[in-house]
Amino acid sequence: MLTECGVESIEDFFDIIPEQHRFPEMDLPEPLSEMEVLRELQELSESNAEASHHPCFLGAGAYNHYLPSLIDHMLLRGEFMTAYTPYQPEVSQGTLQTLFEYQSMICALTGMEVANASHYDGATSTAEAVIMAINQFRGRRAKIILSPTLHPQYRHVVRTYTQGMGLTILGDDDPAADLDDIIAELDDETALLIMQYPNFLGELEDMEGLQTAVHDVGALLCVVANPIAMGMFKTPGEYGADIVVGEGQPLGIPMSYGGPYLGFFATREKYVRKMAGRLVGETVDANGQRGYVLTLTPREQHIRRDKATSNICTNQGLMVTAAAIYLSVMGKQGLRKVAELCYHKAHYAADCIETLPGFSVRREKPFFHEFALRCPAPVADINTTLFDDYGLIGGYDLGQDYGHLENHMLVAVTEMITREDIDCLAEALRAYT
Amino acid sequence: MSAPGRRQEPLIYDLSSPGRSGISLPESDVPHTELPSDLLREELRLPEITQLDAMRHFQRLSQMNYSIDSGFYPLGSCTMKYNPRLNEDAARLPGFLHAHPLQDPNTVQGNLALMYELQECLKEIGGFAGVSLQPAAGAHGELAGVLMMRAYHMARGDEARRKILIPDSAHGTNPASTTMGGLELIELPSDERGNVSVKALREACGENVAGLMITNPNTLGLFEEHIQEVVQLVHDCGGLIYGDGANMNALTGIIRPGDLGFDVMHYNLHKTFSTPHGGGGPGSGPVGVSERMEEFLPAPILTIIEEGSEKEPPLYGLATPSKTIGRMKTFNGQFGVLVRAYAYIRVHGTVGLRANAEHAVLNANYLLSKVRAVYHLPFERACLHEFVVEGRWSDAPDVHALDISKSLMDFGFHPPTNYFPLIVHEALMIEPTETESRETLDAFADALLQIAATAKANPEELRTAPHTTPVNRIDEVQAARQLVLCCRPKYLSEPSPAPASQS
Repeated sequence: MLTECGVESIEDFFDIIPEQHRFPEMDLPEPLSEMEVLRELQELSESNAEASHHPCFLGAGAYNHYLPSLIDHMLLRGEFMTAYTPYQPEVSQGTLQTLFEYQSMICALTGMEVANASHYDGATSTAEAVIMAINQFRGRRAKIILSPTLHPQYRHVVRTYTQGMGLTILGDDDPAADLDDIIAELDDETALLIMQYPNFLGELEDMEGLQTAVHDVGALLCVVANPIAMGMFKTPGEYGADIVVGEGQPLGIPMSYGGPYLGFFATREKYVRKMAGRLVGETVDANGQRGYVLTLTPREQHIRRDKATSNICTNQGLMVTAAAIYLSVMGKQGLRKVAELCYHKAHYAADCIETLPGFSVRREKPFFHEFALRCPAPVADINTTLFDDYGLIGGYDLGQDYGHLENHMLVAVTEMITREDIDCLAEALRAYT
Repeated sequence: MSAPGRRQEPLIYDLSSPGRSGISLPESDVPHTELPSDLLREELRLPEITQLDAMRHFQRLSQMNYSIDSGFYPLGSCTMKYNPRLNEDAARLPGFLHAHPLQDPNTVQGNLALMYELQECLKEIGGFAGVSLQPAAGAHGELAGVLMMRAYHMARGDEARRKILIPDSAHGTNPASTTMGGLELIELPSDERGNVSVKALREACGENVAGLMITNPNTLGLFEEHIQEVVQLVHDCGGLIYGDGANMNALTGIIRPGDLGFDVMHYNLHKTFSTPHGGGGPGSGPVGVSERMEEFLPAPILTIIEEGSEKEPPLYGLATPSKTIGRMKTFNGQFGVLVRAYAYIRVHGTVGLRANAEHAVLNANYLLSKVRAVYHLPFERACLHEFVVEGRWSDAPDVHALDISKSLMDFGFHPPTNYFPLIVHEALMIEPTETESRETLDAFADALLQIAATAKANPEELRTAPHTTPVNRIDEVQAARQLVLCCRPKYLSEPSPAPASQS
């Protein structure tokens, strides 16, 4: 092969590389055989505690739901796993139709008209919603209102993304502000109001009247929604949202220490050209046969370059495949049932725990599968006891982000939690009464 | 009309039948709580399908895809190399797969150790002082890089530096990331040898320059011949160098961008380190930085909180750099992708990574040697890991690069990247990667040569290709003109009414 290339040795290809830097020494660990690597990684894996061995009451944006076996069997099919972005539609109909079906099911779930083929996660979807709203108003409105009960990391990511855009982002200065307080911030400078449903504290805010307040000043409404909750509750679409985004991880994607997940993104048809991200459309081939293709690509970076609506040039393809299979297998009845199981178990847990002296559940608003629990001791201390003595992964310490919720634990209960797990949690907490 | 490969799969909603379900779920083991009836939805239009039917549906769909596992996939700049299955097993170990991202660090030391080790390996491979594993994809890493460059200048009170210089051969993400980061683009032309024009660069360098974004080897597969001068010019004017690491597969163990003076670079773990592309994701785009940029890295980064001893491993934790640009996403990066990339690096080590780059370059040059007599090479130079040729001939005026690509499908190959980079007419960008055998390269070269002959003898055959794929050539114009983006309205209810007061 070297002869055909006209070189004598493989090093000759690199004559162009500045000599003093060529072939550097790299201090990497010695290479290992496959079985040695697997053994090393097994050891690392086993040094973790994880939700398949420890009942997990931790949620706060990632949830331990049942993963139907079919999903991973399909994800391991090389035809899905080792394909690239479907730029060549004739040899990518499998990915394209799967994305199209995912888009359809996300529309059904959120009550919206169009959905893209996903962003990186719920937080980046939220940031893209901000950019879409700014583009919709062509920069004439630069104010974004964030509910303080929007996930703290989502608020953080919105600020990271937009730090060079000269926006005014407010609403969450007072972590205790409620929906009425942030509605009061609306004015004709406001491009977008973002709230979460159920909110970060697990509560279902009163959505009646929200869309009117937002639309009366001509702004857009973005709702960050939990996809399992939408299996039973009215959709943000029904409440007049213009954009619905959220974390797709609960739809059949393992928690995997934080990723890869997917961010779903749905909106009204009239905004479709302002929406970033991959989008699959139905069309026909030269014989008139139905087929699918990436469409509206002129919005995208590889054509518009510096005028693109976003720099995103992938979606979370394989995770979207997981979500599409999850929604298909769960279907209409299954998703509703998962949502109701979560609801009943979370309420049973709240009922049990609040009988304990010193503990109380925030109940001003209805909640779904997560609730804020006021504790008689620091949450970190309680969590250490829960784990060390009972093998339970305790809830999220709300005091980290919300000054007024010091000693409050955000407790998540999914269908994976059994009655025994809940009774065990209540028993463990009894030690603090 | 019905050619051998033609297939159609019904939509999942077409397979749906009322009352069916693909899953059995347990009855509730706790007392029921009354549901808040005024908050409940009435209808949920998801499919109703048995598990077997769902399985067959997605199985059949998968069979309509081309993939690395099916055959040669020389998609330029995408580094479609073999994805070792060991890495899939590794990522599915329960301690990795089922750990919650917000668990107490004491309970996930294995995950933190792995991330720490990967972070250190990437520093070493790229020659950088710091690395953040946070960004979720290459473009996401670019945005992080642009934001870091902006933050660096702002922190020095150098707010006038708002221009990012980008060669015209760059990926479209570079200009898009620049705009998203709030900076402005100045495009630099290429010279007659395919390098960025040093003359144009010299003229553009000044006090308003925040930095240069450069891909090296560039998208023509060519190493920038004047890279040291380029770095010097930009640094001398007070700017920073951003490296687009998309083409790092040509350079692992060959040269470290950090040694050349690069200030920031993103890695594409899904390219260089062989994590599967998954039909368009998930990727992972960690960023490496020089010492002066470290404090701006996206949060969190991995750190050692307590040094280990002979008996005890170190205590690992997450840290926030002092002037961080912030978080790019929730939680801890695309962790599952990080596990796969780490496994890959552990298998290859220093020697293996260098050998991979060498063989990627050998394979590209070998393939080029087989086709260059027939396909015009716009820049007469040896390439690195990929090369770009023109897919056009003066004696076959009706044949375009697209026709060549579609025809390759009939030979059982995935096409190269088309029409990119923009500076080459009818570009075919070909990246074979190191994992392909000589026999595969020969077969692909033969196909290209045969197509070139057909282009002149029977152009119509190419213009109607592909003939053996599940669908014929797709009408992209109709897709954009008559938008059908979901299965509505045949299967789904009409959407809820749009807000009335919207302007």
